[in-house]
Amino acid sequence: MYFLKRILFMGPLLVLISFLAFVMVRVAPGGPFDRERKPASPEIERNLRAKYHLDEPVLRQYLRYVDGIVHGDFGASLKYRNRSVADIIAQGLPVSLSLGAMAFCFAMGTGIPLGFFTAVHKGAWGDYLGSFMALFVICIPGLVIGPVLIMLFAIHWRWFPVALWGSPWHAILPTLTLGLYFTGRVARLMHEGMLATLPSEFITTARAKGLGEMAVLIRHAFPIAILPVVSYSGPMLADLLTGSFVVENLFQIPGLGVFMVNSSLNRDYTLVAGLVLLYAALLLVLNLAVDFLFSALDPRVRYD
Amino acid sequence: MIRSENLGPNQQAWRRFRRNRPAAAAAMLLGFVVLVVLLWPLFSQPGLAPRLPAALTHPPDAISDAQFLPPGPAHWFGTDVHGRDLLSRVCHGARISLLVGLVGAAVSLIIGVLWGATAGYCGGRWDSVMMRFVDVLYAMPSIIFVIVLITSLNAFLGKMEAAGLSAGGAQWLQFAGLFAGLGAVSWLTMARIVRGQVLTLRHQAFVDASRVLGASHARILLRHILPNVYGVILVYLTLTIPSIILYESFLSYLGLGIQPPQASLGSLIASGAEQINSVRIYWWLIVYPGATLALTLLALNFVGDGLRDAWDLRSGKRA
Repeated sequence: MYFLKRILFMGPLLVLISFLAFVMVRVAPGGPFDRERKPASPEIERNLRAKYHLDEPVLRQYLRYVDGIVHGDFGASLKYRNRSVADIIAQGLPVSLSLGAMAFCFAMGTGIPLGFFTAVHKGAWGDYLGSFMALFVICIPGLVIGPVLIMLFAIHWRWFPVALWGSPWHAILPTLTLGLYFTGRVARLMHEGMLATLPSEFITTARAKGLGEMAVLIRHAFPIAILPVVSYSGPMLADLLTGSFVVENLFQIPGLGVFMVNSSLNRDYTLVAGLVLLYAALLLVLNLAVDFLFSALDPRVRYD
Repeated sequence: MIRSENLGPNQQAWRRFRRNRPAAAAAMLLGFVVLVVLLWPLFSQPGLAPRLPAALTHPPDAISDAQFLPPGPAHWFGTDVHGRDLLSRVCHGARISLLVGLVGAAVSLIIGVLWGATAGYCGGRWDSVMMRFVDVLYAMPSIIFVIVLITSLNAFLGKMEAAGLSAGGAQWLQFAGLFAGLGAVSWLTMARIVRGQVLTLRHQAFVDASRVLGASHARILLRHILPNVYGVILVYLTLTIPSIILYESFLSYLGLGIQPPQASLGSLIASGAEQINSVRIYWWLIVYPGATLALTLLALNFVGDGLRDAWDLRSGKRA
């Protein structure tokens, strides 16, 4: 029932979000044509604005925009004027999706075992080393890792290509650059979750029943201990899938992250609204999945 | 645990913190960084400069012909594209980065904990409304928010300057806008995490017990529930300070963060990243500001972890 309501609310929520994004960018000072060569005459400028309906009231523009979406038209980009918003997304999304998915798998695949291991061996040297590594990768931004990886592996040793997107070889350095930070965060959340779960009474009960240590840790502690990671994975995945400006810019990858930044810098209203809608839809679905997983994993959580 | 002395819980916690070697070492390192960063401008004062090694006394924005000098005795961290001494620029940048991180995290902490705890504790309809609001904000890429906020503010400042606002005043306003923007977009995760924790706690027996005993809602929330969430809040705060410093470095990469001639660690790294080419590797432009950033954030995190262990109400005693 609760989840049905959430799904029904999604539609209005998306309308609200797109409205906020549209109005926010539209009301902010500056316009999409500011950085271009000044039009030859005021008439041309007026015609340009009229062509894209920028001379109408904001609400009217928004309704026109929504009307377009209902008919499957996300509008034309105001900056990249020969391309529609749908074109830009159709070209960038597959790239950002695959890079993001790889970084997500990398972060989960390394972060969860690391956090689990360090929590189980609390106080041993393996814990100190592992926890230090988890912290260390959080503390180095992609802005540093990326250039260092490029300088070492691409320029100095020439093992990997410097930039661009194509073969699996091209994907390795960007995946590391994007994923390492999240490895650290996942590992820390997992570590924290395990430490919070292990003193619980149901763990003592499980041990008292004579279960082996591995069964206690994996079957009983793990599903509860992973909750913070599950909770974090929704927004993390949405962030990763819609592209990262730094990584795409450093490695010259044609993803969506660059458009996300440039569209809001350029006040490219239709592109901003389209990208925000995409991000929002993705995030809402993922958050719903996370909450669903939450109640499935922890019977103590009740949504009522 | 036998308590022979009459120490308050906080005094005991500080005592535990000091016994935690890595945390205490990190706190000293952090103190050292802060001290160097604060005292740095004094080194180039005329009274002190002749008694110090010349490498310590370069002003951060003195342009020279010595471009891209590798690290050496005259310039310990080398020089950048304009021949400026990198060591002094790193010290200068670290000061700004720390300031941004602290103020931004404080803003996000206050908003996030209040919001999340209230939503989780009230539950039901209030929880729905408050968390849907967070969902709405969450569901917008924060970068769009920040970019629109900061570019609007810059346009506004431009007008103010034209109308006669002093450059110094404009710079402070810009800092304030950056703090507000960074804090305002980073409280959402804190609110969600606190709310999730409170949600699992509010149906537990000890909460029901104190409710039956007639405790007020504020008392239950502040005395019984929030202390159980401190560990998570503290750990998350230690993650927030670095993430705000990182966010600022990202904004600097876009050219929207700290504006030249001011520098943050992020803007130094960003300008180092611009110099990457396949002919010559100017590694020091990335490595020194990057290492300073990583070291500072590591120290902050270790201190946070130590504080968590010292104040942690869970470890050993609750079970």
